Amino acid sequence: MRRRLALLALAAVPTVVLAVFFVLPVAGMVQRGFFPDGTFDPGAVIEVLGWPRTGRVVWFTVWTAGTATLVALVAGLPAAYVLYRLRFPGRGLVRAALLVPFVLPTVVVGIAIRQLLRPGGPFGFLGLDGTPVAIVAGLAFFNIAVVIRTVGTAWEALDRRPAEAAAALGASPWRVWWTVTVPALRPAVVSAASVVFLFCATGFGVVLTLGGVRYSSVETEIYLLTTGAITGVPELSAAAALSLVQLVSVVVLLAVAARLRRVPDPTVRRVPATPARPRRRDLPAIAATVVVLTAVAAPILALVLSSLRPDGTWSLAAYRALGGSGTDAGNAIGGGVLRVPVTEALENSLRIGLDATWMSLTLGLLVAFVVTRQVRSPGGRRLRALFDGLFMLPLGVSAVTLGFGFLITLDEPPLDLRSSPVLVPIAQALVALPLVIRVLVPVLAGIDDRQRQAAASLGAGPWRVLRTVDLSVLWRPVLAAAGFAFAVSLGEFGATAFLVRPETPTLPVVIFRLIGTPDPANFQVAMAASVVLATVTTIVILAVERLRVPGVGAL
Amino acid sequence: MASRSIRSTRARRRSALLGSTLLLLTATGCSLLGEEDSSGGDDATSPAARGSGEVVLVTHDSFSLPKKLVRDFERESGYTLVHSPAGDGGELTSKLQITEGDPLGDVAFGVDNTFAGSVLDADVFAPYDAELPAGADELVLPGDGEDGERQLTPVDTGNVCVNVDTAWFDQEGIEPPSSLDDLTDPAYQDLFVTSGATTSTPGMAFLLATIGSYGEEWADYWQDLVANGAKVVKGWEDAYYVDFTHAGGDRPIVLSYDTSPAFTVEDGETTTAALLDTCFRQVEYAGVLEGAQNPDGARAVVDWLLSPEVQAELPTSMYVFPVDQEAELPKDWAAFAEQPESTVEVAPEEIAEHRREWLTTWSEITSR
Repeated sequence: MRRRLALLALAAVPTVVLAVFFVLPVAGMVQRGFFPDGTFDPGAVIEVLGWPRTGRVVWFTVWTAGTATLVALVAGLPAAYVLYRLRFPGRGLVRAALLVPFVLPTVVVGIAIRQLLRPGGPFGFLGLDGTPVAIVAGLAFFNIAVVIRTVGTAWEALDRRPAEAAAALGASPWRVWWTVTVPALRPAVVSAASVVFLFCATGFGVVLTLGGVRYSSVETEIYLLTTGAITGVPELSAAAALSLVQLVSVVVLLAVAARLRRVPDPTVRRVPATPARPRRRDLPAIAATVVVLTAVAAPILALVLSSLRPDGTWSLAAYRALGGSGTDAGNAIGGGVLRVPVTEALENSLRIGLDATWMSLTLGLLVAFVVTRQVRSPGGRRLRALFDGLFMLPLGVSAVTLGFGFLITLDEPPLDLRSSPVLVPIAQALVALPLVIRVLVPVLAGIDDRQRQAAASLGAGPWRVLRTVDLSVLWRPVLAAAGFAFAVSLGEFGATAFLVRPETPTLPVVIFRLIGTPDPANFQVAMAASVVLATVTTIVILAVERLRVPGVGAL
Repeated sequence: MASRSIRSTRARRRSALLGSTLLLLTATGCSLLGEEDSSGGDDATSPAARGSGEVVLVTHDSFSLPKKLVRDFERESGYTLVHSPAGDGGELTSKLQITEGDPLGDVAFGVDNTFAGSVLDADVFAPYDAELPAGADELVLPGDGEDGERQLTPVDTGNVCVNVDTAWFDQEGIEPPSSLDDLTDPAYQDLFVTSGATTSTPGMAFLLATIGSYGEEWADYWQDLVANGAKVVKGWEDAYYVDFTHAGGDRPIVLSYDTSPAFTVEDGETTTAALLDTCFRQVEYAGVLEGAQNPDGARAVVDWLLSPEVQAELPTSMYVFPVDQEAELPKDWAAFAEQPESTVEVAPEEIAEHRREWLTTWSEITSR
């Protein structure tokens, strides 16, 4: 009984946070849609659901996101193997650098990708500019890191011996892969796929930038409707209808994913990670990884190039302008456009990122802990699954819905938070939370409960059990999750742009502002700032992953 | 610093509130919250004769003025100016509309003439008849203030015009286009790129320019334009930095601003030109919000935006022209940014009435 109460108490904290900062604002927006003039009138919402256009938009979203998820999986699995199971110099750097696409503002990468794809560009001959193929490629580009990291982390700690035993008993490599490795990786693969799908389905900037105005997804429609871009007044009923479509599909998706993720025995035998030297039979995987890495690196290299060659000549002018105070009037680069120098915005980003990271780690650990405890009653299990799914929801809901929802629901005491500085890290933490949970849950679920029982029967108290059994295994995935959360926070733009205060803009917000001014000099600075953002991210992630606790891994 | 201290009292209240629900979050001493709390000290005591307290200015994200001007305003008026950006022009307008009656602040700046029509009828703005500088009278929103209660005050203008890469046309030995009509000429096939009307304000302005020029036949014009290979991309930055030949793209005709030629100056000459017969004028307005906590402060801010100091700073800070004809323009602008003598006009109330129908038709034509 006491144990159950303790679990409920642990579950309460993240639930309250989610209720206040997610459920309340979103419910507020949906309510506005159903009560257009203060009275319940679902007519408009139902009408929108019946439009043929709605069907087209939903179908476009589903097939682009589905295809992009598939592409990210197919391209990401070999890379996850190579980067987490093999040993070679520079491995850590590549792993860290892979998170870069994740943090770069969509508008910047969108422009970089289009500069490669435009007619006359290096890849112009492919004729992809403005096509759905470009959208799918862009979505996959942004999300491949999720696959590599989530699956890689699970793969890294996988015991080699069952596979070796199968091989010794005469199983072909293919059979070993299919009967031993795949079942063990399935939870992680399904986790990654569901997260990637949600990211793709709500990828807003990519669709508009790479597809032009020809294509619309559910997310772009919600944005256009909510901001009144079409009629000049917000069309909240129509937006609510699409938000409901989003929510329902997310719930269905999560239910399917939870079923697919389920394995008869989630416990995994963990061994110290011993990456092997690459062998001849790893060549196909290595070749595939090289292709993937090149594809990911190309837009980033294009970005670096355009920051260094403003007018066809090499120059560091854009980088020198980063430190300059944008508040000086006059015609200096960035002059008068920004309230703070770009370097200060970077500092803000890092500080907010730190806050968002510890918030999402704290919440994520609590959630992961609660959902991996042994529950005996079927009702308890169902409740646990519901609790697990609840925290995936922020991924599937439009940032603009959340942003506008904050405005209309958090405006009265006791929750007058409209311009509070804590909203930014909290919103970012909520976006990162599903990733954190999906990284931590498989690992925690993989711990055999008998280990804890053994420790307890040998006289260890609950804390001691936690420390020696859970934390020693959890340490590495926590670091991986921290890297994720930090990267998400650094790159988050949708919700941040709505909530951030003008005195403390984040780097993506500043980059967006610079790129929108009619002065090409500012464009160069925006490119340089993006390169700095990418570099800093890589360094921070690298440093985080270097942190080691002595004795960890020696179970 | 004054603006900080006022807020910090609020922030302290907020963190106390938060603490009750989110003990965890506040207790750990998050750096941002910590910083907010430590900025303490309340020094916003000002003479009773002048204004006092906080005045919240809601704007679009492009609003920016030097700190010095803001400090001068605070010193002279006694108010503490708090700036609260609310997204781009469209987002700002819709946020003002959904928070009607419980406004985001006291005064708003940045609603433009393409959105103003839909705001005017709602109870978003309160009347305020600010004294206008020379030349600003003609920019007052048509229909606003006819009953003697003007809501919106014009602050700046900008012209969205088709631009051409003259260097490219010289090199190719082709005469550049000069009018909207020319853009459907097969001689300029596949050479024009514009941003979308649903996804960018300049794009919307260009659609209005064609509607103002062609009236009922605007849809036919767009069909011809698309048939002639016009490319429609998401935002101005996509068109200007990716597709425009000046940035390495393959299209020498782009939708941009009348000031753009001032930013392509090489060896004392500009390599691009704005087609001055294709321009639509965007006017940005400020207004006191209905239900403002500090209406006196809000009116003071509107007056301040019209002051010679702010008007002269608008070009360098926000890339727009002041409404005050006497304000001095930056050197490059005076030399290279030629302003159109007349622009294409569409009445704001007509925009408000037909916006949906126009954009629906436009989307159908451009997504074919």
